[in-house]
Amino acid sequence: MSTVDLAVTPLRELNAALHKLNGHSNDTRWEVLNPLGKHAIAVGIDAPVTVEIEGHVGYYCGGMNKQARIVIAGNAGVGVGENMMSGEIHIKGDASQAAGATGRGGLLVIDGNASARCGISMKGIDILVKGSIGPMSAFMAQAGNLVVLGDAGEALGDSIYEARLFVRGAVKSLGADCVQKTPTAEERETLAAILKRGGCDDISPDEFRLYGSARRLYHFHIDNVSSY
Amino acid sequence: MCGIVGLFLKSKALEPQLGSMLSQMLGVMDDRGPDSAGFAVYGAGDPSTVKLTLRSDGGERIEGVAAALQEHLGQDLGQDLGSSQRGSHLVLTIPKDAEQKVRDWLAAHHPEVRVVGAGSRMELYKEVGLPSDVAERFALKSMSGTHGIGHTRMATESAVTTDGAHPFSTGVDQCLVHNGSLSNHNGVRRYLERDGLTFQTENDTEVAAAYLTWRMRQGIDLKSALEACLSDLDGFYTFVVGTESGFAVVRDPIACKPAVMAETDDYVAFGTEYRALVGLPGIENARVFEPEPAKVYVWERH
Repeated sequence: MSTVDLAVTPLRELNAALHKLNGHSNDTRWEVLNPLGKHAIAVGIDAPVTVEIEGHVGYYCGGMNKQARIVIAGNAGVGVGENMMSGEIHIKGDASQAAGATGRGGLLVIDGNASARCGISMKGIDILVKGSIGPMSAFMAQAGNLVVLGDAGEALGDSIYEARLFVRGAVKSLGADCVQKTPTAEERETLAAILKRGGCDDISPDEFRLYGSARRLYHFHIDNVSSY
Repeated sequence: MCGIVGLFLKSKALEPQLGSMLSQMLGVMDDRGPDSAGFAVYGAGDPSTVKLTLRSDGGERIEGVAAALQEHLGQDLGQDLGSSQRGSHLVLTIPKDAEQKVRDWLAAHHPEVRVVGAGSRMELYKEVGLPSDVAERFALKSMSGTHGIGHTRMATESAVTTDGAHPFSTGVDQCLVHNGSLSNHNGVRRYLERDGLTFQTENDTEVAAAYLTWRMRQGIDLKSALEACLSDLDGFYTFVVGTESGFAVVRDPIACKPAVMAETDDYVAFGTEYRALVGLPGIENARVFEPEPAKVYVWERH
């Protein structure tokens, strides 16, 4: 295991070392100490490694992540896991705004709450929030699944495309073109699988309501449904 | 961009360190607002006197104003005139009932002198320059107090001047810092001017400060005044506000601008980013949270 203390080592050195890992290293476990709210920690990794960050991180932690598993023992700032492609990011505290923004794949797990615009413009990522999410979450969400064990704030799923939003608690209000839907058997399986991956397999998919697009705001054509 | 820091102490033991804590926080926010900076500190004071923080329009040290005041208004000022120089700013301590006389005299004889803040306990400093340099010039580190707020500015809509730097103070012991931009400030300014408020700048933030002053003058408390902001001020804002005994935070209904807070048994701290808070004592065990949009948070000294 490699340990990097960001109170001593410059952040650029850490990120450069992580970028070099792609396929060439047996060094699969990294520990990052004293993140001190710094921005862009562990962005752009493309390797099947585990990075454990001991503390609160600043903006865009784990952005563009591919393959890696990043565990944050603290809170995350704005845009955690932004545009992540695959792998997993697990935040043990709360996440700030725009968690998982534009994410294309992988799993983002937030043990606490996520604030405004969680999953904004998500494009295939799965997001599991064990607490509640703030207003304007899943704004213009295109694909993927947002699962919330708690409540959702105002204007959930405003101008949503084909993402699925599963909420167990109360939804303060729905945004434009977002409606409640009856989940199909396949969608219930998808939900169960995400709950399982996030360590919540004791929770039944029946406890959730599904929200998605009424498809009145964009030119949906059934022939294209497989693209989402 | 812009950066805000704020600190409200619950523990008396930390009061001598308020300045050094705030100074360190402000320095971390250098890169969010390298143009100019300012801060207000609520330190020692006496309810029968008022402290006027003065600066010169040209930015140079103010020399001789205290002596000239003593010479011309000595009778009104009694033996109470205290003066202390801090960087380019001069703080005069005068009897409360002499405030208007002193202001009038300054306006007539020293039009280059601006009163940037007035309060029984509040002192307010601001200047163009890198925030950590500004804090150094005013020796913020050496100041003690119960609470304080600071701002680092990256100007987007108006020139980089000391006038445009935050905090803005439009009432006794009141000050406000702002991250964001208001879109209806001209209309609100005209409305407030008709109601007798005066403005020193064209800045949107000064309108927000004056709006709160106006509301509190109507007899409502800080919390209600900030709640009224939510319906009357349009635009993007995270405000941090200080009063003689209070410290408050509010964000616009879509929480456009970032904010994070930390609370322990000893203090409440505000930072635009968590980075600004990492140097605080006991931060690793603090309750760290993000203030919710359109929700007013107020802490009062008892």
